Amino acid sequence: MASMRDIKRRKGSIQSTQQITKAMKLVSTVKLQRARQNAERSQEYFQCMYRTVQSILAKTVGLRHPYLTSGQSSKKAVIVITSNRGLAGGYNTNITKLLTRSEWAKEDVLVYTVGRKGKEILQRNGYRIEEDWSDIVEEPAYADAMALGRKVLDKFSAGQIGEIYLAYTKFKNTVSHEPVMIKLLPVEVQEEQPTAGAIMNFEAGDEEALNMIIPKYMNSLIYGGLVESVASENGARMQAMDSATSNAEEMIQDLTLLYNRARQGSITQELTEIIAGAEAIS
Amino acid sequence: MKEFTLKIIAPDRVFFEGPVTAVEFNTTEGQIGVLPAHVPMTVIVKPGVLTIYEEEQMKIAALHAGFAEILQDRVTILAEVIEWPDEIDEERALAAKQRAQERLQTKTPETDIARAETALLRALARISVLK
Repeated sequence: MASMRDIKRRKGSIQSTQQITKAMKLVSTVKLQRARQNAERSQEYFQCMYRTVQSILAKTVGLRHPYLTSGQSSKKAVIVITSNRGLAGGYNTNITKLLTRSEWAKEDVLVYTVGRKGKEILQRNGYRIEEDWSDIVEEPAYADAMALGRKVLDKFSAGQIGEIYLAYTKFKNTVSHEPVMIKLLPVEVQEEQPTAGAIMNFEAGDEEALNMIIPKYMNSLIYGGLVESVASENGARMQAMDSATSNAEEMIQDLTLLYNRARQGSITQELTEIIAGAEAIS
Repeated sequence: MKEFTLKIIAPDRVFFEGPVTAVEFNTTEGQIGVLPAHVPMTVIVKPGVLTIYEEEQMKIAALHAGFAEILQDRVTILAEVIEWPDEIDEERALAAKQRAQERLQTKTPETDIARAETALLRALARISVLK
């Protein structure tokens, strides 16, 4: 049996770990609340955008437009949104798994990483990191999403890439997050169309309108992905830290029991020794 | 019908929502004013001044990018960038105007004319909103 001192030391170290995990849980709870508000506020913009784009596309069936057909290139650009910090359970690996488990050849994939952790994992797996945008994940701003969107879109327009994907974590609720990969370009038209009430006119002409609106649509998807990912990250961290705290609690309980047993054992031993000593003298 | 519902949504907030009698803003096809019962239309925003006419008062803002969906009883503006006058930094706007003008004057093959022009329009919109 381990000595009393060893057990005590071990217990102390677990206790201080528990304090850290507890504090981290509290921090991510607060951050989660803020991130969730952001995500909810951006929802409305995104939904409105989605509705409008789909109604435009529904009206312009058969229109041949570069944003609606995949390019010549077999290369794919993937924007991967992860976090800059670890200790968030499976959050980062779940996202990168979408890519590493896909059937795409590594040399065909150009990765735009947002989040250092994802970058590290993908680099280890031998993917080519085209650009790293890890700074923007801390405080996602729409301007950042626009800048990133423009970069990727330029490559698409130049014919260097044929398809654009976005991998992010969908925030369903505090405890459930789902890693998803969506296709940004070429835009896919939904088959089932809600019949639009009124016929929509486009002041600038269909093609012109698509030229202007689709980049905005893409930017709003990227922004939505960013804010949802941040919310999911904090949710995942909160959960991970919560279970770490309760695991520590369990370990402390076990160690306390062991410690008390060792203490009792040593007292008993001391007593027997004293009694034996006293008997030997008399 | 004297009023319609105007809703302006920015990516990070609902910028404005309420009944208005008219709204004016700049589009790719020129300055337009929308009154109730307008024909359904989608227009693309160009940087300019957005004027909201409410029953009692008038509000202005600088609207820079986005598009608007106009329906008979409802107008939704999806604004990528939009600011109230008190959110604008005048010095920055003036500096941006200067920069854009310089870029347009000293034309080099690398100059992205379209981008410089939009930057100039944006700066002008900000400045005119402040006045």
